[in-house]
Amino acid sequence: MKFGILVNEGPYNHQASDSAYQFAKAAIEKGHEVYRVFFYYDGVLNATRFSEPPTDDRNVVKNWQKLAEDHKVDLVVCVAAGLRRGIVESSLAPGFRISGLGQLIEAGIQADRLIAFGD
Amino acid sequence: MSILHTVNKSPFERANLSSCLGHANAGDAIMLYEDAVIAAMNGTAFAARIADAAKGCKICVLGADLKARGLDPANVVAGVSVIDYAGFVDLAADNASVNAWL
Amino acid sequence: MEDDFDGGTVKKFMFVNRKAPYGTIYALEVLEMVLISAAFDQDVHLAFLDDGVLQIKKGQDTKDLGHKNFSPTYRALEGYDIEKLFVEQESLEERGLTAADLMVDVEVISRADMAKLMGEMDVILTA
Repeated sequence: MKFGILVNEGPYNHQASDSAYQFAKAAIEKGHEVYRVFFYYDGVLNATRFSEPPTDDRNVVKNWQKLAEDHKVDLVVCVAAGLRRGIVESSLAPGFRISGLGQLIEAGIQADRLIAFGD
Repeated sequence: MSILHTVNKSPFERANLSSCLGHANAGDAIMLYEDAVIAAMNGTAFAARIADAAKGCKICVLGADLKARGLDPANVVAGVSVIDYAGFVDLAADNASVNAWL
Repeated sequence: MEDDFDGGTVKKFMFVNRKAPYGTIYALEVLEMVLISAAFDQDVHLAFLDDGVLQIKKGQDTKDLGHKNFSPTYRALEGYDIEKLFVEQESLEERGLTAADLMVDVEVISRADMAKLMGEMDVILTA
């Protein structure tokens, strides 16, 4: 089955991004496809390459990056939401790409299920 | 078509769970995770509502979020299933759509 | 039915608004989602329940906040062929409001009917 995942909140204020990541990982481990992860609202902050959390805690940005690397997951950051919050091409961590909100609607159409994680 | 409703906020903080329970149809599934897991526990002010909802809906709670908060999975309301992330994925796959009550 | 997308499958989308405007950005950014969805020729539904009913309350004036008043956009949705707007009766009543307080033509439905409608959707995005 194809899953689309929407992440609505940034990496550390909320557990949303962690939950979405664990869900995505579990889906892949069960043999499902994660068609796309779309980052919207403050969720665009998950894509910053400037995040440097303390080394004794999880690194949310790197978790997503690794998932993208290992499983070719499409990590898409909303351009309009990103511009509002200072997330532009030059601030992107590897593995993320910027595109339009249409990519979320398209994920809703193409994926069998669209599931959102937020506040 | 059945819906998987997900709730991630404590009912003591937000109305998400109340609103979800008010809109869940018989045969739907409800997933409690993150701060919503407290609602699944015995002895809370919400336990009776969860027990009642469990008569018509499949109610599940994420074990990892219970454990992280020091809540005992053995002490959830009768009729509530404790599941892992893989079980969460199964729920999303088994229902026709997912409504995240954010 | 998802498999037929290339053949022009239309899915039922529902955007569920549960939050008041201005206190958080969700109402505005959901509206941006809704406008984009119009370009995909999907069967789009907009639901207002809980504090979301305040998004379409008449007479919004945000001058003193310094926020843009985006509420006129709800009236423009018709021009995008987004005409399926549903408001929950109970949510209005709980807040001391009636359909006369709303700025757009909507169908006021009961909570039970809202729940039924949700069950008919393929994709539900709530904020």
